[in-house]
Amino acid sequence: MTLQLPTTRDEEWRYADTSAIARLAPDQLATWKEVSLAAGETRRHAMVVGGDAPELHRIRLTLDANARGEMFVVVTGEDYTRVEVEVVLGQGAHFELGGVTIGGGDATREIVTRVRHAGQGSTSHQVVRSVHWAQATGNFLGRIEVAREGQQTDAAQDFKGLLLTRGASANARPELEIFADDVKCAHGASIGQLDEAARFYMAARGISADAAKALLVQAFIADALAALDDDGERERLFAVALASLEGAAL
Amino acid sequence: MLQIDNLHATVADKPILNGLTLQVNAGEVHAIMGPNGAGKSTLAYTLGGRPGYEVTDGSVTLNGQDLLALDPHERAAAGLFLGFQYPVEIPGVSNVQFLREALNSQRRARGEAPLTGGEFLKLAREKAALLKLDMDMLKRQVNVGFSGGEKKRAEMVQMGILDPAVAILDETDSGLDIDALRVVGDGINAIMRRPDKAVVLITHYQRLLDYVRPDFVHILSKGRIIKTGGPELALELEEHGYEAVAA
Repeated sequence: MTLQLPTTRDEEWRYADTSAIARLAPDQLATWKEVSLAAGETRRHAMVVGGDAPELHRIRLTLDANARGEMFVVVTGEDYTRVEVEVVLGQGAHFELGGVTIGGGDATREIVTRVRHAGQGSTSHQVVRSVHWAQATGNFLGRIEVAREGQQTDAAQDFKGLLLTRGASANARPELEIFADDVKCAHGASIGQLDEAARFYMAARGISADAAKALLVQAFIADALAALDDDGERERLFAVALASLEGAAL
Repeated sequence: MLQIDNLHATVADKPILNGLTLQVNAGEVHAIMGPNGAGKSTLAYTLGGRPGYEVTDGSVTLNGQDLLALDPHERAAAGLFLGFQYPVEIPGVSNVQFLREALNSQRRARGEAPLTGGEFLKLAREKAALLKLDMDMLKRQVNVGFSGGEKKRAEMVQMGILDPAVAILDETDSGLDIDALRVVGDGINAIMRRPDKAVVLITHYQRLLDYVRPDFVHILSKGRIIKTGGPELALELEEHGYEAVAA
């Protein structure tokens, strides 16, 4: 059986790098990592993905009643890298996502989520920060579904893109599908550049342009890692994200 | 100490400074007053090296060093402090982190050893107390949610920590109530009124000069200094206005 490759006509792949998809190993497209959390269980996963070849990471997360699943991911690397997460939330379950996509070159780095609030009173909180330069692209496609049974759902999704140079781009596509009538769903998306006034203010206090940039980028991505309640892991993800800035021609 | 000669500068190709000359010696406090649009803030930003402020002629030296040849952060390390009329908010960066990075960047640039976290906090606590600024404020994000008065006091704490040779203070008195004005004035005196330091106070009003007594008062108009006098010149301005005094 030959696997049909996704194209940009597929909504969920519309900003993907299709030439890179063709270079993915065939089994990567077909493979989903399945994770199930039992009722009341809490699990946290922090990961860094991206390398010098295309990568696709597909995760299916099923959260039983009152389970809590937390995922923190830094997407870096020099080639197309995509993290795709499907979540189904049972009654009172919570899903937490902190995502950072960062890098230069001409790579596309994207996070795609589909969060389905299937049970009553479930909550989700997604914060994604995207920092790109050169010809790179950062994408976040986030879909939130609230089933008829998902009354009292509280879902929040927040994306911000930071473009460090002309030529870089970012795409955000929030999508809400709601079948219950007593829910809270918040989403926000914005894309901008480094604040020139802040950069000069820092320079006027003696901070070099590179150090100022690193501080501002660190502050920018901090929101995505704020919910990571493990200082060591948070420092590790910060370090990886900021390391990619070093040596970048900005 | 600070020598400005025939300085011409443009903003968006529009000439703003038109041959400004000013000599500031160690131990002196100079006040620069002038009407709106005279070029006061442009002078501050030009000395600080803000992008978009183009020097078209003239020279500026700080302790003999060509200031205009330096990048903005190098000017700070050389001993220049620019007090902002509108201090900038930097969400996500704490004052402590910001100032420690600033101080240690300057120290490294001068070939001095950076301060440790503990050493830095001790210094920050001492300077914050001088300006009656709660240490908790310094743990908060840079200027975020600060009132106008708090921002200006925080600027003076920064000045105290960075310990510059020359401070150019751009309308540091704007937005201050009378009590805050006294605190800021006392802070400027305590930090900068020394034989090896100098201050250029850019201001609209006489009132800050009641606390920080200038040695010289200059009137800036159309990008040049048109009159220089002692403290009495500021009083004269307050009474009769720029037009009458400058005429």
